[in-house]
Amino acid sequence: MSDTLHIQHGVASHGHSGEPHVHHHKETFISKYIFSMDHKMIAKQFLVTGIIWAIIGGLFSVLFRLQLGFPDQSFPILETFFGRWAEGGKIKPEFYYALTTMHGTVLIFFVLTAGLSGTFANLLIPLQVGARDMASPFMNMLSYWMFFAASIVMLSSLFTQTGPAAGGWTVYPPLSALGLASQGSKSGMDLWIIAMTLFVASQLLGGLNYISTILNMRTKGMSMTRLPLTIWALLFTAILGVLSFPVLLSGLVLLMFDRHLGTSFYLSDIFVAGQALPNEGGSAILYQHLFWFLGHPEVYIIIMPTMGLASEILAINSRKPIFGYMAMIASLMAICVLAFLVWAHHMFVTGMNPFLGSVFVLLTLLIAIPSAIKVFNWITTIWRGNIRFTPGMLFAIGFVSIFISGGLTGIFLGNSTIDIHLHDTMFVIAHFHIVMGVSAFFGMFAGIYHWFPKMFGRYMNNTLGYIHFWVTIVCAYLIFWPMHYQGFAGMPRRYLDKSSWVSFGQFHSLDAMITVVTIIVFAVQLMFVFNYFYSMYKGRRVRTQNPWDATTLEWTTPIHPGHGNWDGEIPEVHRWAYDYGKDGRDFIPQTEPVGENESSH
Amino acid sequence: MQNFLIFAILILGFIITFQIARASEFVSVIRGEEKTRKQTNKINAALLLVFLIVGLFGVYWAHHTLGDKILKLGSSASDHGILVDRMLKYTIITTGLVFFGTQILLFWYSFKYQESDKRTVYYFPHNNKLELLWTVVPAIVLTILIGFGIVYWYRITGAAPENAMQIEVTGSQFKWEFRYPGKDGVFGKKYYKNIDEVHDNPLGQIWEDAANHDDVYVSGQMHLVVGKPVRLIIGAKDVIHSVGLPHFRLKMDAVPGTPTTLWFTPIKTTKDMIKETGNSKFVYELACDQMCGAGHTGMRGEIIVETQEEFDQWMASQKPKYVQMKEAAAPAAPAAGATASKDSTAAPAATDSVKAVTADTATAVKKDSAGKK
Ligand code: HEM
Ligand SMILES: [Cu+2]
Ligand SMILES: [Cu+2]
Repeated sequence: MSDTLHIQHGVASHGHSGEPHVHHHKETFISKYIFSMDHKMIAKQFLVTGIIWAIIGGLFSVLFRLQLGFPDQSFPILETFFGRWAEGGKIKPEFYYALTTMHGTVLIFFVLTAGLSGTFANLLIPLQVGARDMASPFMNMLSYWMFFAASIVMLSSLFTQTGPAAGGWTVYPPLSALGLASQGSKSGMDLWIIAMTLFVASQLLGGLNYISTILNMRTKGMSMTRLPLTIWALLFTAILGVLSFPVLLSGLVLLMFDRHLGTSFYLSDIFVAGQALPNEGGSAILYQHLFWFLGHPEVYIIIMPTMGLASEILAINSRKPIFGYMAMIASLMAICVLAFLVWAHHMFVTGMNPFLGSVFVLLTLLIAIPSAIKVFNWITTIWRGNIRFTPGMLFAIGFVSIFISGGLTGIFLGNSTIDIHLHDTMFVIAHFHIVMGVSAFFGMFAGIYHWFPKMFGRYMNNTLGYIHFWVTIVCAYLIFWPMHYQGFAGMPRRYLDKSSWVSFGQFHSLDAMITVVTIIVFAVQLMFVFNYFYSMYKGRRVRTQNPWDATTLEWTTPIHPGHGNWDGEIPEVHRWAYDYGKDGRDFIPQTEPVGENESSH
Repeated sequence: MQNFLIFAILILGFIITFQIARASEFVSVIRGEEKTRKQTNKINAALLLVFLIVGLFGVYWAHHTLGDKILKLGSSASDHGILVDRMLKYTIITTGLVFFGTQILLFWYSFKYQESDKRTVYYFPHNNKLELLWTVVPAIVLTILIGFGIVYWYRITGAAPENAMQIEVTGSQFKWEFRYPGKDGVFGKKYYKNIDEVHDNPLGQIWEDAANHDDVYVSGQMHLVVGKPVRLIIGAKDVIHSVGLPHFRLKMDAVPGTPTTLWFTPIKTTKDMIKETGNSKFVYELACDQMCGAGHTGMRGEIIVETQEEFDQWMASQKPKYVQMKEAAAPAAPAAGATASKDSTAAPAATDSVKAVTADTATAVKKDSAGKK
């Protein structure tokens, strides 16, 4: 591949004036591909690591769906792979919960946080604000390697004698604090906490870097209100992460103390496995507050970057400006602020003070307003456009569709009266998989198809892209739409076998159908991964600098930008990022000065 | 063998798809990329419209096949559940309208405004009136929903009526246990360090407290009286569980060390429900709703809702745990009788246990009064 790379050894010189120092130095394989400080390479590292984790996390879901879909059947192949965890070809409950916990943790944190923000913040921030690299390329590199270390620790927990953490991705104590209460709360849980600690460090290093780059390193003329929405979204994402991840860390540290130092932060009055523990006076609910103070912002950390990506891709491919740019920024800001004020809506039935509950109902439903504004603005953006359906565009449209479906069910759950009934049922599973899982993946896919040409100077295969889109959107709805009905039947989440229940046995064939569809959609994702790696080396070459006719700065760099991004000076910016279809012109790049008799908007 | 076959078919399908995909790329180069692009654009636009139509039909079909497998709106077995069902109905209608409206616009516009050489796009960067409109309208609609929601929420979480029957519910891995206060209407004090599952003290009752002597303990099954409010005092021994009552549309977590409460009035007996559902095996189930370990999926309790007479009969047949404990101890150690009589004079219990219990009730009371505000 290196022959196709046109290497520009300009070391980043930060600041606006931007003559790169042209002292050439040899890049070794290690400094270029492994301990790279080039934001574009780090982005690719995050993406590839994310893809590997997504395959693992996705595979786990296929495995536990087998159990859910065909509870009476045994799958000898499982025993071959997992030995005593799946004796007789049936997944043991402990292992089932370990799989779901790892599935959730891996996909939420490693794929949709690190893999998503890590990729697009690194790739797009310097390129779109007009900087040669991140504010601190070294911290940036460290951020990736912290994440890598977290990955290794988490992966190693899969191979411990007692298995990985099994208390759900939220790891509520006392369950997660007491090895006596669950296999998964033994060494697997320690490794989970260590991995997450490294992960938080990685997020902070990355986040601070993103924020300072956006605020300080914009090129000449790039005022904040000329930034593409991707950058705004990534900015608010980073702010959320920097302010909320430390709170998760503090919660986990206390959990570690309770586990090993005999403290009683979360433990009180416990009688487990035939013995009474000495701990008194702790509060198990305290952990939930600390967790959800991150946990809720976390879901927006996942969705906001994809809102930015989708906004950008919708505008470009509609050949029309994004509708309501300022409203889009304002709604991102509102989401960012409100995201910190709604965490207890995950705790309506923990026995919280009803008055407090009603305050959280109010704040929670307030957050639906900015989400609604964004949806209406996206729809208006495509209205009277001239739409090109690239795979990226299709995924962006799919993103909006799925985000609507999932956002609306949030209005059920945010209303505490209904949440009493639906909390911890399959309805919640449907809600968050649709609004966060699937729609974030759609946004991410859109971003990958769209910026692949910038990353590798080649296109991904379109036909495979279209198949990928159509199969995925159909399957996503087939899997998650019916789960709402299971929730309406009161069926609790995290039940692997309904045979002992009178009330929840009516969904056999549905569960089987969902499992089959899961396998299909997983196979199609593998096809996407294949397309990704194949196209990296063999894809159609990009021949023009600006293949999508976009206005933003990343398309003013060479097809294969070197470290430093622009060969000469960093271009100056004269207008916002959305002059599409203005004055009869298809698009006007940000670098073009405003003409004398150009109409203003 | 079968696995292998499936695997082989998958791989084969994959290779074929890939070859087609590659070939189509070559074809497009030969035929002219621009021309192919335009054609694919038309196909995808058409597919989006098809997806919309099939999707809308799918929504109908899902409802058609799954609609009768759920808990019917309005079929709740508790008074509070009626409020929940009503709130659910309003929300389904409102969100349903928004769902159909926005999805139809999204896919219809995608189809309608597909690329065409004839169209010039409309440069439309913003419009304050429109944006104000779709900020204010959702705000109003949400305010209405919240209004209902909060009123209902206060009614459901408000203080229980004076005449409510009290039952203590305790979750532990992986079972439910219940305690009735007995004739005196007062729960005896308990302390978790007294729990002794072998020697007839599964809840850790303090036998020195005379209020404990008539407390009735049952495991796995809870009896309720139809039409009579019941207040559950909920706790857990080991990890967090949750008292999930799908037919009553209610739920409350069971947290070790922090008691919670929940009250409602059952309005249909188990027999009524058998008739209503046409399912002779119908039984109200108590489902643990909070992940609590390997046995979570089977943490099941049953609830029998019956008439006052039936309930009284059942209650009369129950022996308090204290009595059971004494009987079990008596043949082995007849001397125990002497201590028993001493116990019944309610000697002051160990101070820290009293503290623990008063803290319990204090929290429960606080919650109730908070609800009243
Ligand atoms: C339209 C606004 C939204 C509202 C009003 C809302 C409301 C809620 C509520 C009240 C819950 C708790 C349900 C329960 O546990 O009983 C919940 C769960 C959840 N929501 Fe949302 N939500 C909204 C949008 C989103 C978005 C945009 C995301 C992510 C991108 C998201 C991700 C989640 C996740 C991950 C959970 C479940 C966490 C768990 O228990 O494992 N929600 N939502
Ligand atoms: Cu939340
Ligand atoms: Cu449970």
